[in-house]
Amino acid sequence: MFIKRLRLVNFKNYRKIDITFKSNVVSLIGRNGMGKTNLLDAIYYLSFTKSAINSSDQQNINHGEDFFSIIGTLNKESKNYKVQCSYQNGLKKVFHVDDCPYEKLSDHIGEFPAVLISPNDTDLVREWSDLRRKFFDTLLCQIDKEYFQCLVKYNHYLKQRNSLLKLFAERKNQDRELIEKYDLELVISGSVIWEKRRDYLAAYLPYFESYYRKLAGKEVAQIAYQSDYAKGDFYENFKKHYARDLATQRTGFGIHRDDFEFLLAGKPLKKIGSQGQQKSFVIALRLGQYAMICNEKKFKPILLLDDIFDKLDDERIKSLSKILNEDSLGQIFITDARMERTQELVKEIEAEVEIFEVVKDGVHKIS
Amino acid sequence: MQYPSKLIEDAVSEVSKLPGIGKKTALRLVLHLLKQEEIVTSALSKSLQQLRQEIRYCATCFNISDTDTCNICASHRRDKSIICVVEDIPDVLAIENTGQFNGLYHVLGGIISPMNGIGPEDLNIDRLIQRGSDDVVKEVIMALSATMEGDTTSFYLTKRLKPHNVRVSVIARGVPVGGELEYADEITLGRSIVTRSPYNIAD
Repeated sequence: MFIKRLRLVNFKNYRKIDITFKSNVVSLIGRNGMGKTNLLDAIYYLSFTKSAINSSDQQNINHGEDFFSIIGTLNKESKNYKVQCSYQNGLKKVFHVDDCPYEKLSDHIGEFPAVLISPNDTDLVREWSDLRRKFFDTLLCQIDKEYFQCLVKYNHYLKQRNSLLKLFAERKNQDRELIEKYDLELVISGSVIWEKRRDYLAAYLPYFESYYRKLAGKEVAQIAYQSDYAKGDFYENFKKHYARDLATQRTGFGIHRDDFEFLLAGKPLKKIGSQGQQKSFVIALRLGQYAMICNEKKFKPILLLDDIFDKLDDERIKSLSKILNEDSLGQIFITDARMERTQELVKEIEAEVEIFEVVKDGVHKIS
Repeated sequence: MQYPSKLIEDAVSEVSKLPGIGKKTALRLVLHLLKQEEIVTSALSKSLQQLRQEIRYCATCFNISDTDTCNICASHRRDKSIICVVEDIPDVLAIENTGQFNGLYHVLGGIISPMNGIGPEDLNIDRLIQRGSDDVVKEVIMALSATMEGDTTSFYLTKRLKPHNVRVSVIARGVPVGGELEYADEITLGRSIVTRSPYNIAD
């Protein structure tokens, strides 16, 4: 996939810009706070229908205006598409592809895939399991429609079940027959999700492990999938937890409690990994995601690298540029605050490189 | 929007609470009423008040009624062995207008959705189970929305009706009459393929 042209109106700090991209590697240089990340975020919007940073569409409008729009000309499998995202204060966000609106925004997910590697990614290592689940959910939703539907269904019934438990507590009564229906639905969609998470992880791991080795050498990185469903007998287990669920007013069994444990040489990365190791781990996670989407979709997503060199030593930066070079990735956008570092990297990359400077009043092409 | 008078503002705010009415339409309606003779407004408010105070619901099926038992439940021409369960009153009118159903109704008054604070005891369910336990009743039709909540409610009612030896059926789901296949959504179309029915030449 390739972005040929990007037009922004009132998006974040940009009033109006129109940029044309010609190369496979696009480098965005600029001082802090000039809006490099916002450009990547605009591309992220076109892929995921939302911001990677701020989930409030309203706050992504340029200060003092009342709408924003992002228009991208994308080339996918040698066909051009005009993808447009517009949001006006108080109205619903609309997405058009070649001027046709989507009925549901979710239909767009996975059509124009992108992978973003951002400095916040190390949260995946440090924070709670919900972020790690979300990482794999985002990946699987992009490549498997059934997974997405099951997940929507599961979350809906889970919300209903938890509300029902609260209702029971409030009214001091209970109704096994109704809970049973929710258990049944959670078992049905939950087991599909469990199987898919297990199988896709097995398919994903070789990509991930190989990228980690390329980045960090001999250290062995692993991901272990932990799920309540591994215990089997889902339905019986829901029943067994019922008494405790009533007391805690929440569902204490199910795939919403799954975790993906990140391990380095068999030990938890969170505890023993240095910042550099954690950073390499999450870069490998993202590159694995990229490779997996490539494999499923048979074309290359757009790769967005936000301030990726931060916290990496020279050795690892070298390995990274080697990967960017060798693995015939598709179009890549790289942001960096330091011109020299980028020029150093650009020298190593054989593909055609464009460099843009991001300054206060816009984006200019340097070379 | 700025209004010239607090009275107008209050009236607009009340009228715009109605479904499908925005602030602009509300203002148009309010100004229209102001232009009419005073009697028009008082007739309107009187009929609304009366509606509120005197409306009654059928003690059997919870349909709107002027008497204790509604016309449908009271009619001797209706088939009393079959009950059609619906979510709300407009559904009764919709099914009546088809002219295809000659049984009785049961209006639940909503649908089970704990998220919105609606549990089984908030709906007219106990009365339905009581009706289902009557030997006269042979079949109960679930005519609820084809949503996750509709499905949950049908499941729950079926469970509760199970001890009473009535047949429980659910309305068919599929391609609309006069609809073109290519416009049907995948789930509906998939379902109509799976639950296809034998072709009947006599129809």
